[in-house]
Amino acid sequence: MEKGKGLARRWAVELHDASSSSSAVPDPPGFARSAPDADDAAGARQRKDSETAWKAQKAWEVAQAPFKNLMMMGFMMWMAGSTVHLFSIGITFSALWQPLSALRSVGKVFEPFKDPRVDTVAPKLLFIALNLAAMGLGVWKLNTLGLLPTNPSDWVSSLAPAREVEYAGGGIPLN
Amino acid sequence: MAAPPRCSLLILLAGLLVVASLSTLAAAIYEDQVGLADWHQKYIGKVKQAVYHSQKSGRRRVVVLTEENVISSLDLRSGDIFWRHVIDKNDPLDQLSLSLGKYVLSLSSGGTILRAWNLPDGQMIWETKLQTFTSSNPQLHVLSNNKVAKDNLVLVSAGRWMYAVSSIDGSISWEKEFSLDGLEIKQVLQSPENDIVYAIGIAGSSKLALYHLSAKTGEILKDIQESLPGGLCGETVLGSDNLLVALNKARSSLFLIDFKGDRISYNKVHISDLVQDLSGTFKLQTVSNGVIALRTSSTISLLKLKGTDGLEVVQRFDQPAAVSDALTISEKDDAFAVMQHVGSQIEFIVKFTNDVSSEIIREKVNIDQHRGNVEKVFLNSYIRTDKSHGFRALVVMEDHSLLLIQQGEVVWSREDGLASIVDVTTSELPVEKDGVSVADVEHNLFEWLKGHMLKLKGTLMLANADEVAAIQALRLKSSEKNKMTRDHNGFRKLLIVLTKAGKVMALHTGDGRIIWSNLLPSFRGSRFGGMPSALRIYQWQVPHHSIMRENPSVLVVGKSGAESSAPGVFSILDSYSGEELNSMRLDHSVVQIIPLMLKDLSEQRLHLIVDSNSNAHLYPKSPDSLNVFLHEMSNLYFYSVDIQTNVIRGYSLHKSCDLIGDEYCFSMKELWSIIFPSDSERIATTETRKMNEVVHTQAKIIGDHDVMYKYLSKNLVFVATVSPKAAGNIGSALPEEASLVAYLIDAVTGRILHRVTHHGAQGPVHAVLSENWVVYHYFNLRAHRFEMAVIEIYDQSRADNKDVMKLIVGKHNLSAPITSFSRPEVAVKSQSYFFAHSVKAMSVTQTAKGITSKQLLIGTIGDQVLALDKRYLDPRRSANPTQQEKEEGIIPLTDSLPIIPQSFVTHSHQVEALQGIVSIPAKLESTTLVFTYGVDLFYTQLAPSRTYDSLTDEFSYALLLITIVVLVAAIIFTWIWSEKKELRDKWR
Repeated sequence: MEKGKGLARRWAVELHDASSSSSAVPDPPGFARSAPDADDAAGARQRKDSETAWKAQKAWEVAQAPFKNLMMMGFMMWMAGSTVHLFSIGITFSALWQPLSALRSVGKVFEPFKDPRVDTVAPKLLFIALNLAAMGLGVWKLNTLGLLPTNPSDWVSSLAPAREVEYAGGGIPLN
Repeated sequence: MAAPPRCSLLILLAGLLVVASLSTLAAAIYEDQVGLADWHQKYIGKVKQAVYHSQKSGRRRVVVLTEENVISSLDLRSGDIFWRHVIDKNDPLDQLSLSLGKYVLSLSSGGTILRAWNLPDGQMIWETKLQTFTSSNPQLHVLSNNKVAKDNLVLVSAGRWMYAVSSIDGSISWEKEFSLDGLEIKQVLQSPENDIVYAIGIAGSSKLALYHLSAKTGEILKDIQESLPGGLCGETVLGSDNLLVALNKARSSLFLIDFKGDRISYNKVHISDLVQDLSGTFKLQTVSNGVIALRTSSTISLLKLKGTDGLEVVQRFDQPAAVSDALTISEKDDAFAVMQHVGSQIEFIVKFTNDVSSEIIREKVNIDQHRGNVEKVFLNSYIRTDKSHGFRALVVMEDHSLLLIQQGEVVWSREDGLASIVDVTTSELPVEKDGVSVADVEHNLFEWLKGHMLKLKGTLMLANADEVAAIQALRLKSSEKNKMTRDHNGFRKLLIVLTKAGKVMALHTGDGRIIWSNLLPSFRGSRFGGMPSALRIYQWQVPHHSIMRENPSVLVVGKSGAESSAPGVFSILDSYSGEELNSMRLDHSVVQIIPLMLKDLSEQRLHLIVDSNSNAHLYPKSPDSLNVFLHEMSNLYFYSVDIQTNVIRGYSLHKSCDLIGDEYCFSMKELWSIIFPSDSERIATTETRKMNEVVHTQAKIIGDHDVMYKYLSKNLVFVATVSPKAAGNIGSALPEEASLVAYLIDAVTGRILHRVTHHGAQGPVHAVLSENWVVYHYFNLRAHRFEMAVIEIYDQSRADNKDVMKLIVGKHNLSAPITSFSRPEVAVKSQSYFFAHSVKAMSVTQTAKGITSKQLLIGTIGDQVLALDKRYLDPRRSANPTQQEKEEGIIPLTDSLPIIPQSFVTHSHQVEALQGIVSIPAKLESTTLVFTYGVDLFYTQLAPSRTYDSLTDEFSYALLLITIVVLVAAIIFTWIWSEKKELRDKWR
């Protein structure tokens, strides 16, 4: 193995304490350490407002994201057709799985926008609603594929014949 | 198809073996699969005439004529069939003879068809139709050593006609119609100089006529007639060259008639003077020159003629016996044989006619007790190495089997009773006992290993031709399928067959060998007199659970006489051993047998026997069965189809009977009747569902997820009527006169569920009814083709059950018991198709659970069995099915049903004179066992939807194993490789 390069590396230890330099070196002229603190009253509120607005906007954006997904899914499903084969089954199950996993992680998705002043309930609700719609689409697709027991035929296909009360025997007499 | 023990064994030892295979999905079988699951047996039936080849030809063969209308040449050494012709039942064979040592002549259809067959290979040489009225007793006489004509003439006499036919080409040399009214020629014989033929006939009841004819031209040289006092019954035998023995009308005395003189002279002898204790009917038999035999039901007397003066009894055999015809040994000497029962053995006695009292041979032969009495003997001689005469004899036994006896031994035997099977049932084999391991079957480990090595070679294409043959032989005699125990898949069963002779035989489904046979004493005419006949065989007791220790048993029902009022006979047999457990003579007749679904505590099936006085009798006669029966009696009905009067009647049962004190006897009260107008309709056939048929579901799902509810009723009866004018053969009626009406009738209420008329159609009608459909086959006179029609019947009263919620919750009436009195509304769909074959028998496949799709089994006129998918007979077929219907598997409509050569179940075999097809479900749902019988027997396994629930025999376990091994090796290898690679990367 080629370890030559590693061996050739120089190493050095800096014994001088870098942290102590900050206090040792004086501040440049005109620099006041307390300057940002003076700004507090107006600037901070403004910044916080914009952040809240940004968070709210982002939350709405995230909440609306499944809609695009929904459209794409719809297109894919239309492409897949209504016969049962590998492609249509795959599409259908991913259409069912994606909203489900999204719903499970709905808290995590809106984590970054958590803020006492940001209202995430409405975006969450929209998000859930859209995902439910996507899932509904998946279920509808499942049904069109004939994989849901929604027809009477699915419930009676193996229903045993009913018992007969009477029995009649006979026929042409034996000769 | 592999049974679990073998399956697991194979997997355990799979490292050592590779099974020669290619997995198949084809419906038909490959050439090398023939005989793996199927077997075919050839029979000829009960021999009624046998003619040996002359010794000069050097071939040890015999030509026989049988009651099953078969003419066949058998090898005398082994009993094998050289060639065989099964003649149609409409053309019954009457007489058989040899001519010129190279032709076999057969006379059939009451003396109207004469055929010559080539002796060595059985090819037909010529056929001549003779214009006579059919006679019940035509005579065939081959003129021997004829110097008048260049070729041998064959004389055929039937009624008052006589023909001389050249045996070379079948051309008619002369014909003669005798002018005497009502004349029937009884005997034809030749003068010693060969140029005069004597024809002796009887006209009316008492007139005897004798004609001397020129053999060359047929000219009547002399014509003598004589009236005999007291009349004649028509039975005559030839006593000697110049003496005729005729029985008088009262059957009490014999006329000895000398016909060689210028006029007929006769003498009358009372039989009672000869044979004292004569009782019952008797028969005369010519034995040879000067000796006749008088046969009663139990004894035989040999009578020697002393000219016209009288007769003397030479010898009397009091044991059941049979006498052969004479066999010419030398110029002046004839021999004949007598077979007599002595205890459990039979005695073979050969005598010369010159000295009847002495015996040349008296040999004792051991014979299987289940063969009954000797019925016929055909004697043959051969020259021993020391130039003396040896004798052998073909013996026809009471069970219709044929034996060759030579030097005190049975050389070979043929079970020809199997050519006339009356009814079939099945029985399971015993359960395998613990401790019987697979190793016992594969007796020898070395042999076993060797077999598998061979198969391995076969798979790897390394086997040479010899080894390939050895592999095939190994597969054919696989011991697995012939074991005498029940198997997991239910392929091994006993086929219990009842033959016309009253013999019950059990055949193993593996290879068709006879496991046991029993000639039932109660069906032997020789024991009880009369003409007993076996009618049906049923399963009597099929033990389950608690009484598993008991063996199953079968019930044989018969009649003790020919007439319909003759008392019935019952016999119960053990299915495993064939022992008769019980036999009884019933005190009533048997007109109908109704096996009921009910069972008593000992699991005996209840049977109702209807007698000719319209009383029903319950069996078994035990208080327990009576209890079970009375509980269900109000729901039991009976219907009878009377073809003579064109009426179907339905009855209910009532607990009272004309026979006072017999609580097992029930009377019947007529509930309904359907009277068909006899001027326009005549009942042709009726059909019901098989009692043991299992239906899986009551719903039929159609393409758009819709449901149709089948009308499933065991009481559905299909009746087909044809117009009386069209009841005859095809072509006897014009299309305008012919019509066929199909009815679906409920047998409980007599309600006609459906009626359809086919104009211009006529019989013969064959039908099969299964589940909710009926398929029937008839001839369409307008299209000049056979047709098959299907009717499917659906229950409309259940059609509303379409609410999913109700179905989920279970709030529906679909499982409620059905009664015919609720008059359910029905809907019917039907369709008809052309079909190229005419049909002899029709049946349908039965499976264990009824899930597998059905195939119709059609016995064609060519004696083959065609498996036709039911999907072809689907009334929902249309010319352009929609996408949805295509998905459902509906075949586009065509005007005729396809006959695919690969779907012949019998592949290259023919089941001669095919009579019936039985389908028996195996335990494996996909597979059904099919047994076809006629003169021949054929058995096979069928999988109508392919073997979807098991691996086929052809499945390559080796390939599976190799794949697994390769996969595991690949996993291990890639794992090691990836580990190393990872380590390398870590060091980088």
